[in-house]
Amino acid sequence: MTYFNQIGTLVWKDLTSELRTKEMLSSMLIFSFLTTVVFNFAFDPDTETIKRVFPGIIWVAFSFAGILGLNRSFLNEKSNDCIMGLMLCTPDKGIIYLGKMLSNLIFIYIMEAITLPILFVLFDYRLKGSLLFLLLVIILGTWGFIAIGTFLSALAVNTKNSEILLPIILFPLVIPLLIAAVQASGSILSGGSWPEWSNWFKILVGFDAIFTVVPWLMFDYLLEV
Amino acid sequence: MGKRALGWITFVMVLVATYLVFMWAPNERIMGPVQKIFYFHVASAWVGFFAFLVVFIAGLAYLFTRKEKWDIIGASSAEIGVMFTTIVLITGPIWARPTWNAWWTWDPRLTTTLVLWFIYLAYLLIRSSIHEEEKRARFSAIFGIVGFIDVPVVWFSIRWWRTIHPVVVDASGFAISSKMVTTLTVSLIAFTFLYFYLLVNTALVEKMRAELRRLKEGVYQ
Repeated sequence: MTYFNQIGTLVWKDLTSELRTKEMLSSMLIFSFLTTVVFNFAFDPDTETIKRVFPGIIWVAFSFAGILGLNRSFLNEKSNDCIMGLMLCTPDKGIIYLGKMLSNLIFIYIMEAITLPILFVLFDYRLKGSLLFLLLVIILGTWGFIAIGTFLSALAVNTKNSEILLPIILFPLVIPLLIAAVQASGSILSGGSWPEWSNWFKILVGFDAIFTVVPWLMFDYLLEV
Repeated sequence: MGKRALGWITFVMVLVATYLVFMWAPNERIMGPVQKIFYFHVASAWVGFFAFLVVFIAGLAYLFTRKEKWDIIGASSAEIGVMFTTIVLITGPIWARPTWNAWWTWDPRLTTTLVLWFIYLAYLLIRSSIHEEEKRARFSAIFGIVGFIDVPVVWFSIRWWRTIHPVVVDASGFAISSKMVTTLTVSLIAFTFLYFYLLVNTALVEKMRAELRRLKEGVYQ
């Protein structure tokens, strides 16, 4: 099997098992929806406030729900020692990382595709900029979050309090990503032009590149027997 | 022997630095005596960043050589680094309140230090939640490396983030006299010696802890 075939097989395995249980997707969806509703109560929903906090709400909802998914990601592999089976399947641990990352990405993209319209509807927000660019920023921001998140999820799952540990070790590292994602989407939402958010775009791309390649290279060390 | 000498040098250097700070260096014209916190603040910040660089190097060295020594150095350095960063985060607001008239501003330097502090607290948390020695060493080495790679990204993103907003306070400026520069240099050197002295001692404690654990396991088996 080629490299990409092997990754594809792993992604397919994750998708199949998720389609049978739907536990990860449904909990992420409900949680992001709930976060949105809570924000509606936390901030007085008049148009002025919403305009200013809307990009922040999007990313808080996405990243909190994302943490839920990431926590499950390797916990499922731990039961029946599935992770050992995965490691025996391939000598290159980078494949496991990429496979897990891609399946996590697919789940969170599905969640975001459903949550985003709900957010716009509930807050009655009018988009001024280009929807295409907003989607691009969301895709890139989520990518970086999941890339480093999958790696740290594999690390945290081996500790005794994994589900509490993951958010604590993940959020400090993704702060630059969150700043860039919130600023870029804020600028696009209010109709800003490319020069206004080009720097943020560069940070997003840079972060994604660094934190896809570094975990991919280091996954061999993480999954040692 | 070497450790003793290091201890004495550190002691003398810290004494000299303290003398220079309080008796020799002139008061800053506008800020007055409160500016003297600057010498400890900057020196702690330097030691904090340096300690995290050591964590990064020790992490790499551990992954390549698998010697327990590097894990101990990394763990001790992270502990000391968190302590000095905490000092920075405490002395900073004490200095900022009378001079900037605000306890805290989201200035790039302050914010980066805060994020750094969180990253290395996470490092210590990872250490405390893994029991197997080999696994703990490997995981913390990995996190030490990834965390350090993140620091420049944090710095740039926060700098750009702040330039969009109006600058509330100008951090760049007070006229610094040559006596102040000398005092700062001496206190930087003194704190660096202090760092190494603490590192040697913390590493010793860590080593003894590991030995004790092994002895205990031997008894129970």
